[in-house]
Amino acid sequence: MMTHATSFIELYVFLLAGVVGFQVITRVPALLHTPLMSATNAISAISLVGSLVAAGSDRNAVASWLGFVAVTAATINVVGGFLITDRMLKMFRRAEPKRERDS
Amino acid sequence: MNGMVFTQASYLAASVLFILGLRSLTRPDSARRGMQMAALGMLLAIVGTLAKHEIVDYKFIVAGLAIGSLLGYPLGLFVPMTAMPQRIAISHMFGALAATVVGVAEFYTLGNGAAVSRATMTALGFEVMFGALTITGSFMAFGKLQGLVSGVPFTFAGQNAINFVLLGATAGLYFWLIYQPHTPVAFYLVCAFGLLSGVSMVLPIGGADMPVVISLLNSYAGLASAATGFAIGNEVLIIAGSLDGASGFILSVVMSKAMNRSFSNVLFGAFGKFEGTEAKSAAGLTVKSVPAEDAAIQLAYARNVIVVPGYGMAVAQAQHAVRDLADLIEKNGGEVRYAIHPVAGRMPGHMNVLLAEANVPYDKLKEMEEINHEFEKADVALVVGANDVVNPAARADRSSPIYGMPILNVDRAKSVIVLKRSMNPGFAGIENELFYNDKTAMLFGDAKSSLERLVAEVKANAS
Repeated sequence: MMTHATSFIELYVFLLAGVVGFQVITRVPALLHTPLMSATNAISAISLVGSLVAAGSDRNAVASWLGFVAVTAATINVVGGFLITDRMLKMFRRAEPKRERDS
Repeated sequence: MNGMVFTQASYLAASVLFILGLRSLTRPDSARRGMQMAALGMLLAIVGTLAKHEIVDYKFIVAGLAIGSLLGYPLGLFVPMTAMPQRIAISHMFGALAATVVGVAEFYTLGNGAAVSRATMTALGFEVMFGALTITGSFMAFGKLQGLVSGVPFTFAGQNAINFVLLGATAGLYFWLIYQPHTPVAFYLVCAFGLLSGVSMVLPIGGADMPVVISLLNSYAGLASAATGFAIGNEVLIIAGSLDGASGFILSVVMSKAMNRSFSNVLFGAFGKFEGTEAKSAAGLTVKSVPAEDAAIQLAYARNVIVVPGYGMAVAQAQHAVRDLADLIEKNGGEVRYAIHPVAGRMPGHMNVLLAEANVPYDKLKEMEEINHEFEKADVALVVGANDVVNPAARADRSSPIYGMPILNVDRAKSVIVLKRSMNPGFAGIENELFYNDKTAMLFGDAKSSLERLVAEVKANAS
């Protein structure tokens, strides 16, 4: 349960993270905008930690089942999101000085 | 107590690794490594959470983790690059779904709102409102991109009025909930109205506007996650959600600038169909259609070629054929570069990913500002399935719906070859003067087979 003092600290955290995110992400080149999207999506699947608590606290059946749905959905994004980001980033390469067709 | 320190330390490490991971995306060389570190951060946070003493029952967790991994693995490894826009759209849906149901579980557990403080309710309400909107909005976007739902903008009389009422009602219920958290009816109505809003928001959106919508939904999914963090008092969630929200916000701004839409236009979802403007008539103009042999001769002797890819390249899966043609031109001593418009395709960076998949080195992929002044020097500009982003009307014709949109200056190249399926206008439904230009040669047909014919002809010429 949130008190007013902690909710303000959390607002600071939110705003500071937003500022850091803004600074970092404006420097990501358009070249990598799709991987950026899948990367931030994978990262925000950290909501899995909230889902785990909901699913595993054994508070009531409704919460456990909803928690189960949330864990499933978030895990899809964690596993799928990081894998697909890696798959995309692997493809971006510089021109080799003397190019041979490699396929 | 030690358990709590371990959990908190794992969250702190995860937050730092996430930020460093995103920072690594500023350079393609470091990106992969950085994101692997971010994945490690995620793993740490999960382990840290499982060590929490509140967690007493593992059966739902194990089942969820197992099913989620089983579904996530193919979504990560086997989805083709051409399907990336719908893949990204559906992942926003999963993210929002997780946030929303956690919010509902929290509300339900706390006596259907009886034990919820106003501060917590502010976060919870925001979470389910934006979460629900993103669930259906992303699913609609996925359906349109996948072709399950017609990609044509769907509009009807009174649509704006209905959206306005829906928005007003949702906001009203939300404020009522903050004032009086123990109102289950209001809470579940907010969820339902959120779901409805998502559908009504994406219905009027056409394919060309998808990059903006996907970016916006990315931002909403992030904000819903951050709100979850506020509601359950978890800082790493707040940080990751905030990063995601910022990223989606920035991309939305970049995309709307590239389409010359105002940001408020984007924020309130009032995009979609252009109305009331008369497209310039093409009557009396003729296009010059050329056979592949003629276009091939032009390309075989070109020193400086700029390829302009568009959504048509993605549809035809022609990226490998483009690369084959470019290889041949380079073998003949020419130079090939690629001009990428920010909104070419259906999501930010769509063309870059496809060309990278076809092994085009990324230093040849040029952003619009970087290459726009180079078109004058280009012997041939080869347009592969792009339309609105090369329409000179955006520069000159004040009556055009896309007037003011930054475009690639393809018409300034010494000659232009356009690969196009037919003379149907692009998604914005506007005629393109470029196609009637004297120096433009049109090569009709599926982009991939046209390119394959060009490759064969250029080869024949070279020998």
